[in-house]
Amino acid sequence: MAPMLEQTEVAAPGPVPDPMLPMPYRIQRVRQETDDTFTLEILPEDSSSRFSFAPGQFNMLYVFGVGEVPISISSNPANVPLLKHTTRVVGTVTKAMRKLKRGEVMGIRGPFGSHWPVEDATGRDVVIVAGGIGLAPLRPALYRLMAEREKFRRIVLLYGTRTPDDMLYRRELEQWRGKFDLEIQVTVDRAASTWRGNVGVVTTMIGRAPFDPSNTLAMLCGPEIMMRFTVMELLKRGVAAECIYLSAERNMKCGIGFCGHCQYGPTFVCKDGPVFALPSIAAILGKAEI
Amino acid sequence: MIQTLEPILREHPFFQGMEEQHIRLIAGCSKNVRFGAGEVIFREGDSADHFYLIREGLVSVQFVIPHDGLTTVLTVGGGEVLGWSWLFPPYRWHFDARAQQPTHALAFDGKCLRAKCDEDHDLGYDIYKRFIQILNDRLEATRLQLLDVYGTHA
Repeated sequence: MAPMLEQTEVAAPGPVPDPMLPMPYRIQRVRQETDDTFTLEILPEDSSSRFSFAPGQFNMLYVFGVGEVPISISSNPANVPLLKHTTRVVGTVTKAMRKLKRGEVMGIRGPFGSHWPVEDATGRDVVIVAGGIGLAPLRPALYRLMAEREKFRRIVLLYGTRTPDDMLYRRELEQWRGKFDLEIQVTVDRAASTWRGNVGVVTTMIGRAPFDPSNTLAMLCGPEIMMRFTVMELLKRGVAAECIYLSAERNMKCGIGFCGHCQYGPTFVCKDGPVFALPSIAAILGKAEI
Repeated sequence: MIQTLEPILREHPFFQGMEEQHIRLIAGCSKNVRFGAGEVIFREGDSADHFYLIREGLVSVQFVIPHDGLTTVLTVGGGEVLGWSWLFPPYRWHFDARAQQPTHALAFDGKCLRAKCDEDHDLGYDIYKRFIQILNDRLEATRLQLLDVYGTHA
């Protein structure tokens, strides 16, 4: 008689986690990044949590009694279950979130959405264009690229902020620049004469950035208008549209494509995005009606 | 043997694709220049009798904002062009320019070049087209700067 080994090896399916049910996470640290941005470092209360995410995905962060907001995960995917979320203080929930202290508990749902195609960049140059707080959703991709640095050709980060004081992750960028073969060019919109770096919008750096447009994968995140102009410059330089990826932002609520709050043309940003290949949204990018 | 600047002009992105006869014409109006870090290249209100093709280095375009002091509104690096006030009367600089880093550039005599453009309209058309592209790019970039896109909309 044949042994029943195969049957006993198949794990019984457990209960499917409810994507609408926030899981409790405890705040380990609140780090002020700039005047109006901060990073929450959180760990799950459930020590057996198997949470994992791909670079570019987001979570819904719930401040109990106040509300829930979508925020991209900005930590190293290899360091789960520790999660980091960087955000700007802009509304009621993020204001309340900024007041949370180490040891307090908040709710997390996720991860949701699509991710940066890091694996597709193997053997290619990688150009990352970030604007303002748009660097946060790109940081996990940078961690992944750095972890497997030998798989990629040139890696270029073009980062634009309003002023030098608005730069995110400054110390980490300096470390990466020194440690890895990584070209980092930072530009600011305006600066005092003491600033020794570039001044001007980030789109102006694309024309002279060191990459081979015929073999490049580009990842963009920042204000939509910045991404539109960045797309134009990348296309002008000769990067193929299908090799350009953007992270869109809309008013995500449920995170699973049910509520429709984040509808973007024929897509839902929470489910089909936030990371889109340019051809899939090129027709609606920048359309006032959408 | 005197080495002409023609090979350098041909290689600079600004003059890419320019006809040989025009390269020869404008080479006579140019010279190699170097600026040390912190050195002033020109000041607001001074006579704008040159423009510069930056070969290496970084130049800050600045002006003084009352209460804020000297503010940098643009940097110009290798492969880029500094200055277009030489093209338009009254030929005065509207900003200060200061080398942020040791900078190596080609300086063009504006009067010499204007005279050559007047004599040879094909050259003039070519030069003006190239500058209009720069003006267009800078205008577009300035609009984005004015929009303050990294503010609360980011």
